[in-house]
Amino acid sequence: MIPELGQFSLILALCLSILLGTLPVIGAQRNNVLWMSLARPLSAGIFVFLGISISILAYAFATDDFSVRIVAAQSNSLLPMHFKLTALWGGHEGSFLLWTFMLSGWMLAVSIYSKNMPVEFVARVLGVLGFLCIGYIFFMLATSNPFDRIVPLPPADGADLNTALQDFAFIVHPPTLYMGYVGFSVVFAFAIAALLSGRLDAAWARWSRPWANVAWAILTIGVALGSWWAYYELGWGGWWGWDPVENPPLITWLFGTALIHSLAVTEKRGVFKSWTVLLAILAFSGSLLGTFITRSGLLTSVHAFASDPSRGFFILGILGLTVGGALLLYAFRAPLMKSEFGFDVVSREIFILINNVILVVAAASIFLGTIFPMVYQALTNDLISIGPPYFNAIFVPLMILLVLFLGVGPLSRWKRTSTAYLLQQLTRVAGASLVIGVILPLIILLEFSFAATVSVALAAWIVLSMGKDLMNKTANKATRSKGLRSLSLSYYGMQTAHLGIAVMLIGIGLTSYFSSERSVVLGPGQSIDLGDYEFTFISSSAVRGPNFIADEAEITVHKAGVEIEVLRPQRRVYLATGTPSTEMAIDSGFLRDLFITLGEEKTGGAWSMTIYVKPFIRWVWLGALFMALGGMVAAGDKRYRRLLRRRQTERMAANTSGAVPLIS
Amino acid sequence: MKPHRQKRLGIVLFIAVSLSLAIGLTLFALSQNIDLFYTPTQVAQGEVAAGQRIRIGGMVKEGSLYSADDSLMVQFATTDYVNDVMIHYEGILPDLFREGQGIVVEGSVDAAGVFRASRVLAKHDENYMSQEVKAALDAAGASATNHPLTSQPES
Repeated sequence: MIPELGQFSLILALCLSILLGTLPVIGAQRNNVLWMSLARPLSAGIFVFLGISISILAYAFATDDFSVRIVAAQSNSLLPMHFKLTALWGGHEGSFLLWTFMLSGWMLAVSIYSKNMPVEFVARVLGVLGFLCIGYIFFMLATSNPFDRIVPLPPADGADLNTALQDFAFIVHPPTLYMGYVGFSVVFAFAIAALLSGRLDAAWARWSRPWANVAWAILTIGVALGSWWAYYELGWGGWWGWDPVENPPLITWLFGTALIHSLAVTEKRGVFKSWTVLLAILAFSGSLLGTFITRSGLLTSVHAFASDPSRGFFILGILGLTVGGALLLYAFRAPLMKSEFGFDVVSREIFILINNVILVVAAASIFLGTIFPMVYQALTNDLISIGPPYFNAIFVPLMILLVLFLGVGPLSRWKRTSTAYLLQQLTRVAGASLVIGVILPLIILLEFSFAATVSVALAAWIVLSMGKDLMNKTANKATRSKGLRSLSLSYYGMQTAHLGIAVMLIGIGLTSYFSSERSVVLGPGQSIDLGDYEFTFISSSAVRGPNFIADEAEITVHKAGVEIEVLRPQRRVYLATGTPSTEMAIDSGFLRDLFITLGEEKTGGAWSMTIYVKPFIRWVWLGALFMALGGMVAAGDKRYRRLLRRRQTERMAANTSGAVPLIS
Repeated sequence: MKPHRQKRLGIVLFIAVSLSLAIGLTLFALSQNIDLFYTPTQVAQGEVAAGQRIRIGGMVKEGSLYSADDSLMVQFATTDYVNDVMIHYEGILPDLFREGQGIVVEGSVDAAGVFRASRVLAKHDENYMSQEVKAALDAAGASATNHPLTSQPES
């Protein structure tokens, strides 16, 4: 009975979405204030009903209700409670409900934090999001109902959660990634609302910016979590595999990165409007494309859900309808998007344009590499795959170019900058970066490598030019600290995110070229040297967990004769399915990770294993954290809130809108 | 032509040239990195040139797995139930590697005619069979419904 209530609640949410997708938008066209003011309560209603729906599903998982099909398929009575609850998003149906619930959460947030916007704009934004909700919920009810029952005979126990998913990262990675993904729907809705109203001005850009920044920051964390998870769970020692399902989040992220830069120009200078709108549409398409690729079963990947072609067609339909419609509207409204001001050939506008072009080209070539095998198969019926060398060959040079411009951009001025000024500012910075790039890796790693030099020099280039900019900006103030306090939060956000790029560059450069690995067979008491470390296999023993049994090896690590760590990799067999799974042992550190995966048992108690030493790997994700922090800090700038307060007081004085008190 | 038209033409030409350059380079990089997929039968019939990097999809033949006791060398046969290809691999096999299970191997045939795998992929979901394996079995005429391992109820 209870799961049916969940489904009922889902249907109610669909009904409300249909109202939200139509009435407020029509109201905004006809200037009907009543219809427009329905947007906020309807959004809150959708959030509540989807919340009830997902809570009921979670309850079914928690109480082992194996009559619900996806509970029987994805859970098991032996599963620890935290995995039972999160098993909800361990399959297609539940994860799509989570995705839609996230969208309704964003809608609620928009309806609450939009007091500074005109009511017809809010109506349009929420209306577009409601329209998306219709598509998503209808898709669920039509092709992938999470509340499907197994009748008349439910199984006694569930088939268990995929063992590769029974991990802490599974609890945090999908919700974060979805939240970031879906956040770009909000920016998309802002762009569409602006196109509908024909008002593409600085105000629209200013309203969009905090949302774009937050969505981008969350997506950054989501992608980084995925990379971190792949690193320690899949056990091949890498952190990015150019897997076809890893790529769409990166494509979305690249479009999103271009978007937050372009929005800045649109807000500050009133140019690049059409480009910004296009990027908002592209970033949103990237997020839908990700869904399509994972759920259509068109490709082979560690991520792919058990598939059903009708779902693929359905998502393709949603994709075609929303993106096609958006582009059509874009084409009709293009004449409206005139730039208000001009700019010179050397100016900050141009540097941001270069940034955008590089990011979009990178995203497009990754898209091509991801989609090419599918197109090729459709045309020739031959199966192919595109290997990582393609992606590396294109992505790495583009990013180097991007970072070179990143040093120049923040120092340049809006409208016009003289080349002489830039040269005078940056010649010494460039020289110093080169020197640091050559010397620093030599000191740390006692080895020369061209790649390490390039990445450290580029990181130094970012940090030094940033320092130079800070000096300039604070030079005219009475004291440095006074100068630092006078800078805005969005400036600090930008610099923090750029610093994140520098940190990540060092991580990528050093870990790619100085990592070492060895696959060996070790008997008890035998040891092996790798880098500065000596690994000794002590013994193996049988251990038991809540829902698995495992062989556990004990390996001590010595550095310069001193024991620094005992590592215990496991080879597990999960009881419910009999699935084997290797559990790496990792000793993580600021400057290096030590990492062991266990193979199989050989004669005489010996085991095969692969040992990795990975310097600076943590910096890759540390950099992502800095970027996300930067995005959040920038979104918290006073500028957005000040406006909000002023409008609020205006509104209180005028006391026009009747719908606001319902929610706030 | 008016000056602003001339400027605009210049911009358009610049964009067109750099765009075609970018597309050309990308397609070149793409063509260098395509891994073609073969079935065991195609490999057994010698359709693959030595040294060419390819992927093979098939089932691990029951009773064919041999692993050395003092090294990481493993050998097994991958089959589409018509022809077998012997695979040599040095490394640790993935968790779900099992005899009778569908796998994809990536590597090339060496001068001696031995297939040396650089990567062995097994699916994480046991009910799921990768397209490559399914295609290989279909091509060999082994009906997907006859074999217990190839039936794939949606999970």
